[in-house]
Amino acid sequence: MIRELANPTRFMSLSGTLLPWVTGLAVLLLGIGLYMVWFVAPADYQQGETVKIMYIHVPAAWLSLFFYMIMASSALGTLVWRHPLADVSQKAAAPIGAAFTLICLVTGSLWGKPMWGTYWQWDARLTSMLVMLLIYLGILALWRAIEEPNRAARAVSILTLVGAVNVPIVKFSVDWWNTLHQPASVFRLGGPTIHTSMLVPLLIMAVAFTIIGVGLHLSGMRTEILRRRVRTLTILEAERLDAQAA
Amino acid sequence: MTHTFFIAFSYILTALVIAGLVVRAVIDHRAQLRALAELESRGVGRRSRRG
Repeated sequence: MIRELANPTRFMSLSGTLLPWVTGLAVLLLGIGLYMVWFVAPADYQQGETVKIMYIHVPAAWLSLFFYMIMASSALGTLVWRHPLADVSQKAAAPIGAAFTLICLVTGSLWGKPMWGTYWQWDARLTSMLVMLLIYLGILALWRAIEEPNRAARAVSILTLVGAVNVPIVKFSVDWWNTLHQPASVFRLGGPTIHTSMLVPLLIMAVAFTIIGVGLHLSGMRTEILRRRVRTLTILEAERLDAQAA
Repeated sequence: MTHTFFIAFSYILTALVIAGLVVRAVIDHRAQLRALAELESRGVGRRSRRG
């Protein structure tokens, strides 16, 4: 399957077929998720309606880590297996991961003010998430700084794999250090601690965000493949014009 | 500020960021398609290396 998809033409064909379905599924799940959040899920007994921020904050945090893992796997694909689509996947994932990290940080800050009395605290979870955003921005800057795509991919791959050290730090920061941020309440040993009435809409929103992210990633990869075709054809045209002039 | 402000701001910001990603994806994809069509209309193709 992976070998078949290594062919960009085959990937373009398959992703072109999948993308409308992915888009439809994302819209449907987002609609159901938002309906459940606003009309079904109860207010929290302590936080009141402010708990509604959780339904976007938590999926955004998960997707921030999810897209970093996609980039790290793609970085291995670039450096170890030299998979032709690995660096395309890496490049397409970076802005999406950065956007979800930004959403996570800002919504967390907006949730923190009414609940903790402050927008920001330099605790381990918040700080490691900010470091995650800075790594994403560094990766985006490096893609722009090196013009030749293969060289850029190798440099970005190394930076991505070094930055992957931050992923377990983000995940386990609430266990390793005494933080203002609450510990894990969904993915934990012993099962979730959230009531089903809140867990179900949260999971639906998380799946909806994931499908949106996957759709954007597929679309970004398709655009990057086209960009590389344009680059190759532009170089070929320049070579042909040079040969004619000579 | 009321809690409604914090909730509304969070959802509006999230909607704007995701809409921004979608719009950027569409514009970028169309720009590449246009550039590719332009190059192909000038007769530039992979075979041009051969002759």
